[in-house]
Amino acid sequence: MPLDQSFVGRSYPPSPPYEVGREKIREFAEAVGETSPLHRDPEAARAAGYRDVIAPPTFAIIVSLKANDVLVEDPELGLDYSRVVHGDQSFVHHRPIVAGDRLTAVLHVDSITSRMGNDMLSIRAELSTEDGEPVTTGRCTLVVRGEDA
Amino acid sequence: MIRASEVSVGDELPPLSVRITRADLVRYAGASGDFNPIHWNERFAREVGLPGVIAHGMLTMGLAARIVTEWAGDPGAVVQYGVRFGRPVPVPDDDKGAVIEVTAKVTKLLDDGTVKVNVTASFEGKSVLGGASALVRPRP
Repeated sequence: MPLDQSFVGRSYPPSPPYEVGREKIREFAEAVGETSPLHRDPEAARAAGYRDVIAPPTFAIIVSLKANDVLVEDPELGLDYSRVVHGDQSFVHHRPIVAGDRLTAVLHVDSITSRMGNDMLSIRAELSTEDGEPVTTGRCTLVVRGEDA
Repeated sequence: MIRASEVSVGDELPPLSVRITRADLVRYAGASGDFNPIHWNERFAREVGLPGVIAHGMLTMGLAARIVTEWAGDPGAVVQYGVRFGRPVPVPDDDKGAVIEVTAKVTKLLDDGTVKVNVTASFEGKSVLGGASALVRPRP
């Protein structure tokens, strides 16, 4: 079953706030091998002009992955997540994510296309603080493998 | 931190070689919240037609980012970063794991003061991230 084209342009209500913790940033930095003290030492981060330790460039995936749940669990869309492959991912950082941020994500369905029996779902997660300050725009394409693919 | 005056088109960033073992997959799963069993469960991975446990594409993306962040000197200077996920990286159940070779080159100086860097990542000579690039904002 191809995905319903009428979902293009749809957005979902903001996700519950995700509070960015210093230790979570450190843990993520260790996991991707980032060695910068700006991920670990608040003094070093302040000396570099940041309010607190900053997150590595791909940290935003934690928040956008959680935000994807509304799409995956939307019974109307009927996405079979066991057939989903992550096709691409990008992040535009309006500013670095900083420890102490409380981020919400609004998910937008930008396009749905079909190619060689696979559905390609382009989604955009707009991450902002609770006060509405834009922080990161995450874009990804989810490829839903067709039954025969 | 890198300064704009030190950057030219064609500059090659110091190459990077990163090793991914099963332990790294478990650590990344916990850190990122991505617990898809294809990244830690051999039996499950084979059942869905994979050659075995594979690395998270996002882990490869995150590890490859280091070539840019270490060059920039300030990870907060990376204002944009994007990749396409190519062929999967199988991670064997041994101490050697899988080794990814990462290269990067400055390809453009933009009017807004940012620098475009193209990134490649390969495993056993074959590309695992397509069209990977980052925008870096160096100090003026």
